[in-house]
Amino acid sequence: MEDERSFSDICGGRLALHRRYYSPSCLEFCLSCPRISLRSLTAVTCTVWLAAYGLFTLCENSMILSAAIFITLLGLLGYLHFVKIDHETLLIIDSLGIQMTSSYASGKESTTFIEMGKVKDVIINEAIYMQKVIYYLCILLKDPVEPHGISQVVPIFQSAKPRLDCLIEVYRSCQEILAHQKAASTSP
Amino acid sequence: MVLKAFFPTCCASADSGLLVGRWVPEQSSAVVLAVVHFPFIPVQVKELLAQVQQASQVGVAVLGTWCHRRQEPEESLGHFLEGLGTLFSHEPWLQLCRERGSKSWNCKATRRQGPTPLAPACEDQVMLIFYDQRKVLLSRLHPPAALPERQAGDATASAGGLAAVFDTVARSEVLFQSDRFDEGPVRLTHWQSEGVEASILVELAKRAAGPVCLLLACLLSLVSAASACRVFRPWPLSFIWSKLSTCEQLRHRLDQLTLVVSAHRAEGPAQLMRKANTLVSVLLDMALGLLLLSWLHRKDRFAHLAEALVPVADRVAEELQHLLQWLMGAPAGLKMNRALDQVLGRFFLYHIHLWISYIHLMSPFIEHILWHLGLSACLGLTVALSILSDIISLLTFHIYCFYVYGARLYCLKIHGLSSLWRLFRGKKWNVLRQRVDSCSYDLDQLFIGTLLFTILIFLLPTTALYYLVFTLLRLLVVTVQGLVHLLVDLINSLPLYSLGLRLCRPYRLAAGVKFRVLEHEAGRPLRLLMQINPLPFSHVVRTYRLPSCGCHPKHSWGSLCRKLFFGELIYPWRQRGDKQD
Repeated sequence: MEDERSFSDICGGRLALHRRYYSPSCLEFCLSCPRISLRSLTAVTCTVWLAAYGLFTLCENSMILSAAIFITLLGLLGYLHFVKIDHETLLIIDSLGIQMTSSYASGKESTTFIEMGKVKDVIINEAIYMQKVIYYLCILLKDPVEPHGISQVVPIFQSAKPRLDCLIEVYRSCQEILAHQKAASTSP
Repeated sequence: MVLKAFFPTCCASADSGLLVGRWVPEQSSAVVLAVVHFPFIPVQVKELLAQVQQASQVGVAVLGTWCHRRQEPEESLGHFLEGLGTLFSHEPWLQLCRERGSKSWNCKATRRQGPTPLAPACEDQVMLIFYDQRKVLLSRLHPPAALPERQAGDATASAGGLAAVFDTVARSEVLFQSDRFDEGPVRLTHWQSEGVEASILVELAKRAAGPVCLLLACLLSLVSAASACRVFRPWPLSFIWSKLSTCEQLRHRLDQLTLVVSAHRAEGPAQLMRKANTLVSVLLDMALGLLLLSWLHRKDRFAHLAEALVPVADRVAEELQHLLQWLMGAPAGLKMNRALDQVLGRFFLYHIHLWISYIHLMSPFIEHILWHLGLSACLGLTVALSILSDIISLLTFHIYCFYVYGARLYCLKIHGLSSLWRLFRGKKWNVLRQRVDSCSYDLDQLFIGTLLFTILIFLLPTTALYYLVFTLLRLLVVTVQGLVHLLVDLINSLPLYSLGLRLCRPYRLAAGVKFRVLEHEAGRPLRLLMQINPLPFSHVVRTYRLPSCGCHPKHSWGSLCRKLFFGELIYPWRQRGDKQD
């Protein structure tokens, strides 16, 4: 069962939340970030090349121009491979764990899986980010030493940064599945 | 809890039979290790399982049945399979079923609610997780989960659920030894059932490794015995050996090689990786060293280097002389105390004169020395770089001497000034209480003290300038040497074998797992594919870094600045085990 809705992130960009319901115990949320805009790409390229041309007129060395082209290409490839995230996915499987995947624009995927035994809870927390106060969804991990303590806070959807309405959707579904998990673990 | 069945991908196309594996009750998961095919004799199956359990300390049991059938379900087979449940009793009893040629699977897990066999059975929900048996067997989780020691019988999996799966598969290697060409009583399907794979080169290398290691170990023990003999003990020689970084590097390499060729087997996977990393690092070092040697010999570069060395040393000495002449005049427009200036300037100029004579004395022998030193590059690039660092320190010995003179003079002056400043204010340093106390001085003490204080303070700019200039020169030399040492450190400590393994066989070094949901139809059980998430390169370097010489700067920036201000001597690149000067 699939379902797609559009939301906005904290800067006003458009996000698409894609929800896939596989079974009562397995749910997947896919949040797609806004694409790289042609305008900003052109602006950066023009700036770099103008600066290189300015240096060239000063130094009369044509190596500067080829170096500028090289730098622009490498910079673009590096940006697509290491910085620009295309979409972020959250997969919750009851009694197995929670998996977070970030897919970069070049196709690279980086995955983290947290076992259900380590998850204490999923909450919406507030944070001060530059001049704003934003909400973010995070997973609380249990402390192995202290039963009521928290050892780590893992934020989800860090680069998409959706607003509260999107977070509430995801939060509700996560809590339904975690409730199953808690009921199963407390029952004999 | 939902029951999780870990199923190997190699058994997905196997014929019908029994599922054999381990049941982990805490995680409610069944790890299937192999499929036993029909026909079989139940007693022989039970015997085989008991043997495997004894050899591997893993609680292997029959978990259920596997049915790989055509489109029309065969009634007789269905009843037969259910009847097997009474023969090999296991709670819960798993029944996996797949239609041939399609992707639809069926799973059922039944659990009896009462002690008698006729009690009603309840069904659990099942989730299928496919895993690649070969990759899970060969991989190693980081950080390694602290599993309890192997006990007789079933070891309790108090570790995380997935670490238990990895552990189960890794310890059941004895189950995977028989393939389908063996004439055993029981036919199994697992990842090696098509035949055990091995490489001829690896087997030959293993056979040859024994005698070669023995030979190398003997050679190395001879070398270390020779280096520890009494000839090198007396004081001047031992002092020189401790100062030269080449000796330190050679000793480090000797230790590493002794570790690699030692006859003991590696205790655990971490030790094995360390040995492999050390071996690859030493081999690469030697290869780079030989490359350097061949490049140096190609266009007779040794002669060029030797010819260039003496003029360069002369040039450096000349530049120092110009610098001293400049300091003796009016450097940067500052007015120096003429007498002190002349004394210091002449003193240092005489040293430079001695140094130039020394260099000229050595010049006929330089080429031969360089050639013999260059031969040592075949011991490794790190040795060649250490020799370079030593040559730099020998050639700039005069700068080091000037720095020491300037620093001592400045240090004395600063201490004198601080003590006389206290006298000027009527205080003194109480050594017993380690603090400044007031003190009543006599008039003549005060008079002489103030005079000396004035003299010292007016001579301060001259001394401070000389100190500043020579400290900057010394820091420059130290920076160059530091870069060379950094490079040597990098070659010494980079774990190349682990990096290569991460590049070519990423499943061997696992940071965790990742899941992918496979095609799902309503009414069918959920199917997931478990893949290995490899360790990122930065973590690989951090976990498997080799211990290096330990040539790290011992001071923080703050303490360095403080030492420079007070004129204390600095040794930023201290070798391990050196005494304070």
